[in-house]
Amino acid sequence: MIRARRARLAAALAVLGANAAPAAEPPPAEIRPPAGAASCTGCHAAGAAMGALDGRPESEIAGALAAFRSGERPATIMNRIARGFDEAESRAIAAWFAGRGTP
Amino acid sequence: MCATLSGPAGTPAPTRRALIGGAAATVLACPARAGTAPRVVVVGAGFGGATAARYLARGGAAVSLVEASPTYVACPFSNEVVAGLRGIEAQTFGYDGLGRAGLTLLPATASAVDPDARRVSLADGASLPYDRLILSPGIDLRFDAVPGYDAQAVTAMPHAWKAGAQTVLLARQLAALPEGGTVVLSAPANPYRCPPGPYERASLIAHFLKTRKPRAKLILLDAKDTFSKQKLFEEAWATLYPDVLEHVPLSSGGQVTAVDPAAMVVRTDFAEYKADVACIIPPQRAGRIAVLAGCADRSGWCPIDPVTFESQRVAGIHVIGDAAVAGAMPKSAFSANAQGKVCAQAVLDLLAGRAPQTPKLINTCYSLVAPGYGISIAGVFHPANGLLADVPGAGGTSPLGAPAAQRAQEAAQGEDWYRTITRDAFG
Ligand SMILES: Cc1cc2nc3c(=O)[nH]c(=O)nc-3n(C[C@H](O)[C@H](O)[C@H](O)COP(=O)(O)OP(=O)(O)OC[C@H]3O[C@@H](n4cnc5c(N)ncnc54)[C@H](O)[C@@H]3O)c2cc1C
Ligand code: HEC
Repeated sequence: MIRARRARLAAALAVLGANAAPAAEPPPAEIRPPAGAASCTGCHAAGAAMGALDGRPESEIAGALAAFRSGERPATIMNRIARGFDEAESRAIAAWFAGRGTP
Repeated sequence: MCATLSGPAGTPAPTRRALIGGAAATVLACPARAGTAPRVVVVGAGFGGATAARYLARGGAAVSLVEASPTYVACPFSNEVVAGLRGIEAQTFGYDGLGRAGLTLLPATASAVDPDARRVSLADGASLPYDRLILSPGIDLRFDAVPGYDAQAVTAMPHAWKAGAQTVLLARQLAALPEGGTVVLSAPANPYRCPPGPYERASLIAHFLKTRKPRAKLILLDAKDTFSKQKLFEEAWATLYPDVLEHVPLSSGGQVTAVDPAAMVVRTDFAEYKADVACIIPPQRAGRIAVLAGCADRSGWCPIDPVTFESQRVAGIHVIGDAAVAGAMPKSAFSANAQGKVCAQAVLDLLAGRAPQTPKLINTCYSLVAPGYGISIAGVFHPANGLLADVPGAGGTSPLGAPAAQRAQEAAQGEDWYRTITRDAFG
């Protein structure tokens, strides 16, 4: 048991050189996710029923958030989430997802 | 080059002893200091740590992820395993996906932290230097809190609050419950891992008894009078399980004061319950390594800065997930994942000399009260007065009295969330 674990550790150490190089530059400040955006992908992802937001038009995401926030669009959960973001925050999140590749 | 460079923090060369040969030692010494890549060590590859490590690696940091267990067994949906509705395989994740994420996974236990030298010691004697350390060790169960409930008691009276062998044991004990038997389940006082978890477990055990064990009873002994999604749980219990589930809140004497595992007896100040199956969920504290690192306060949990998740007690160490005091944010897998992403970005910013941005975080917890009957609570959080506070007007629970179709929709969304979150964390 202990021997097996040690073998695994040694194997992990052995591939380490290959893994760690070369470190890409950290993303510049402008492309950091705006406040809240990182949490959306806890539910929204490619292949999920709550589909990916990446690459969707900014106006579509921002419009949906506004409609959820006002209650105009029925929802199980997005009404409760959208009320946590004002119009400017919603637009920033929408723009960020829109700029991330295609769905 | 690897042998001569010393880290940005001016720390001495890493020490590798007995376990690893000289060649491996040289290899290990390199990536931690390759070029100018900042070195981040993450301890714990659960929902918080695995997420943080993956996002850090994506952002260009040289990340070492230290995890003691060879596989991860996820708690969300483990109450379905307890109730015989799901296999433990659906809860079990390998770490291969993390290995492919451009980070270094070290299968080892972190045993000590030296915050001045900025080094983490591993149980096998190795020592890892770091520029920033992230701890996401989850919880330790407190075996000093309920008289009689020590580390040996968990075989007779499983907690099943860390998913794995305990979950399977509790499921087996329930499957073997005699007809007309009594199950006792105890819920602790706040704060603890997964606030609605004990009530979801009570619901699904009640479902199991109702459908599989005629005349059996479940007694839920509760150290609180109020709890998460209470009205929704009580609404469901009144219609689904009126003859099966008896909830004894604190004010009716629900606090467990002692257990006797040999006699299968659970005691409160007012009564003694003889159980055929007893599940005791004891009080908890931050995982031991966070305590050893000096990050926990007298409460046993780790106060943090709500913008960066850096410990309020120890510079250079960030604490995320269940171990952290995250204000209004509950201890959940959703929270740990969201915190992992925010903390990873903050650490990248700090290492690059940028000011971290003020974050907002979301939490959502789905609970199942019966197959196809889901309910949820959601919140949006932001830093306020040094803590993560609720954004006013946002969040809340599913509506009371909703039609069955909506409960079914939320049950399906819970499943969907689980698939997405486990992929986001483990790849
Ligand atoms: C029954 C139940 C149901 C739940 N249901 C839900 C749900 O529906 N939704 C939800 O969002 N949450 C749910 N949760 C809560 C969720 O499981 C936790 O909040 C989540 O796991 C916390 O993540 P974490 O990263 O803080 O800790 P963990 O996921 O516990 O990960 C900690 C990791 O650190 C490792 N570790 C600890 N110490 C060391 C060390 N010294 N060295 C190396 N490795 C170490 C451990 O092995 C572990 O893998 C539930 C919990 C329970 C018990
Ligand atoms: C807890 C899971 C969850 C989280 C977190 C979440 N969503 Fe959603 N989202 C849903 C669900 C479910 C729906 C379908 C509507 C409903 O029932 O609420 C949805 C719908 C949407 C839609 C409409 C999609 C369409 O096809 O028209 C948009 C846009 C959206 N969400 C954006 C976001 C953004 C932006 C965030 C982060 C601020 C977010 N969501 C966070 C679950 C989630």
